[in-house]
Amino acid sequence: MLLFLLFAAVAVGASLMVVLGRNPMHSVLLLIVSFAALAAIYVGLDAPFAAVVQIIIYAGAIMVLFLFVVMLLNAHTEDEGAAGPTPAGKPLVAGVAVAAALVLELAWALARTRGTSGRTGGGGADASVLQSVRELGGVLYRDYSLAFEVTSILILVAMVGAVVLARRES
Amino acid sequence: MVPLGYYLLLSAILFATGTLGVFLRRNVITVLLSIEVMLNAVNLAFISFGRFQGSVDGQVIMFFVVTVAAAEAAVGLALVIALFRHRESLNPDAFTSLKW
Repeated sequence: MLLFLLFAAVAVGASLMVVLGRNPMHSVLLLIVSFAALAAIYVGLDAPFAAVVQIIIYAGAIMVLFLFVVMLLNAHTEDEGAAGPTPAGKPLVAGVAVAAALVLELAWALARTRGTSGRTGGGGADASVLQSVRELGGVLYRDYSLAFEVTSILILVAMVGAVVLARRES
Repeated sequence: MVPLGYYLLLSAILFATGTLGVFLRRNVITVLLSIEVMLNAVNLAFISFGRFQGSVDGQVIMFFVVTVAAAEAAVGLALVIALFRHRESLNPDAFTSLKW
């Protein structure tokens, strides 16, 4: 419980600083901190594979991509122009309203499911099944094989698309 | 054992943070980072639901979400580079015309 609260606080704090920070470079690095905290929470949820995927793919691959683009575009001046750093009026109101609505919605859902969460929360016995990467691979390649194959096409299309979009026309 | 509600609350807070970032920021890269925060919040919800249901399906879905996030980041950043090359700006408000 203590560990969960610690890592949750780190994740929320780092995410808030990502969103509110001025410098995109700091945002990217803080987001890696947030992802690491989430990976620790995944370990607490008996999902070590998810934690490793989180670190390798998110913190490793995707964030390096972001970091390269931030440095390539030399963008750490941030928010230039007459528009001003903090948007006033409508965007602020809309963002706060949507965020508040989402939190309220979840609070309502939590209040409703309070009784059932105790019933389904007992699954301590099959923790070894959840932790086993072998089991996960079985489900992934048996039950979700079509989705898995479609995913590879998605990656291919994304790769081709990225190359086409970023190519310098000469 | 931490109750399910705590995980869902953390997920909701992270998702709301990401949404706030998408609305507030004036930098395309930070907007993309906020979207990553939102995707992570969803991943946390999937994994905690899977854990409390006693099935690995949540982790499988998380795997797919990570794949889609990687594809989205690659295409999104390529778009950012292409836009920056045309406009020399990262402010989303600078990109208002479909053709120039």
